[in-house]
Amino acid sequence: MATNGSTLHKPLGLLAELTHRCPLGCPYCSNPLALEGRADELDTATWARVFGEAAALGVLQVHLSGGEPGARRDLVDITKSANKAGLYTNLITSAVGITDKTLGALAESGLDHVQISIQDSEATSADHIAGYDGAFARKRALAAEVVRLKLPLTVNAVMHRANIDHVGEMVDLALALGASRVEIAHVQYYGWALKNRAGLMPTREQVERAVAAVDELRKRHHGKIVIDAVVPDYYARYPKPCVGGWGRRSLNITPSGKVLPCHAAESIPELEFWNVRDHSLAEIWQSSPAFMAFRGTDWLPEPCQSCERRDIDFGGCRCQAFAITGDARATDPVCHLSPHHARVVELAAVRQEQDYAYRR
Amino acid sequence: MNEPVTVIASDARPRLPRGVRLVNNEAQGGWVLLAPERVFKPDPIALEILKRCTGEATFGAIVDDLAATFAAPRERIATDVAAMLRSLADKQLLEL
Repeated sequence: MATNGSTLHKPLGLLAELTHRCPLGCPYCSNPLALEGRADELDTATWARVFGEAAALGVLQVHLSGGEPGARRDLVDITKSANKAGLYTNLITSAVGITDKTLGALAESGLDHVQISIQDSEATSADHIAGYDGAFARKRALAAEVVRLKLPLTVNAVMHRANIDHVGEMVDLALALGASRVEIAHVQYYGWALKNRAGLMPTREQVERAVAAVDELRKRHHGKIVIDAVVPDYYARYPKPCVGGWGRRSLNITPSGKVLPCHAAESIPELEFWNVRDHSLAEIWQSSPAFMAFRGTDWLPEPCQSCERRDIDFGGCRCQAFAITGDARATDPVCHLSPHHARVVELAAVRQEQDYAYRR
Repeated sequence: MNEPVTVIASDARPRLPRGVRLVNNEAQGGWVLLAPERVFKPDPIALEILKRCTGEATFGAIVDDLAATFAAPRERIATDVAAMLRSLADKQLLEL
């Protein structure tokens, strides 16, 4: 099981997609194009069992996400069970569908942290991107309530062509809302974002301006807010170390209980996923075909195998390799050393003003 | 250029804010600091400092305690601990 002499790592984080239901329609949604329905969702008791198994496996933090987790009527009970299992609980929400009352109950249940997504720095554009009138106002209101309850707040700002020039305003907004952290999260092109790629892709000039702006903002706001940002994939020189290495740091559970090495892994058709209804989480982590497929570095092709960055980025992202080259085992073509890198440059140049295909 | 010396009031009572927790986790092989979407493995010195940031002990008392525990010069300990606490506070991992 061990590769390259390394032992099996213990996962640190679990992304729990409690539901795929969501009132918003963001065109870059990370959920798959084929959304799972309510009837297939795991029940409260199964999530509680899974959280216990996760903690025993070494998981420290659970990210309660979706879809919109507030669409689950049992969100408070689910959160309580995660807290009881000893996990650090992080709510990842659109804010639409979480009432102040629910938030209060969550805070009392031991919720550790709240992340609210914000689509742009002003309402008209933000609501257009979200495909939901009034979303921006609701986000501001819930953020205020999070701060009032003295819960730490992260603002998640997903950046793309329509809002990337507002990166400074987004950070200002996060500060005004009382956030202690802001994520400048450039769109990653899987699922819905891949479908909308030409409508979302920023220009190189926009990306360069945004990167310089973030550097300046970090200096200006040092000590006041943590700004986390990464270079957007298609304009990077090296690939991201996707999920910290396949089957190494984290796992993802879909609403129906499938366990994935990353949230986009279902886009790779050759993978076989096991379900928490049939197996324990430990069995799945250790031996399920999907987790075994790209674990470690023995399977890596050249130029990765002999690359000095092999154990830094693990050949990059499997889903991106598949989406762009058709081969999930290829070097992530974002890397300038990939034989397919020219394709990424070509794709980044394909930009078109078009209506968003909203996630529905 | 000299590094500016960090000054922390001796009666400040450093504490971990809500959303930051220091826990001993057997599966992960020891103490970890859990923060919003981040996990840190403190080195032995940072751990000794973090364990004392309870919101009850003052900065002065923490420095006294560390100087006695590790039989080290108080002034040196005060400088190092102040720098570390400031750095943690800048990362939103500590309230001073």
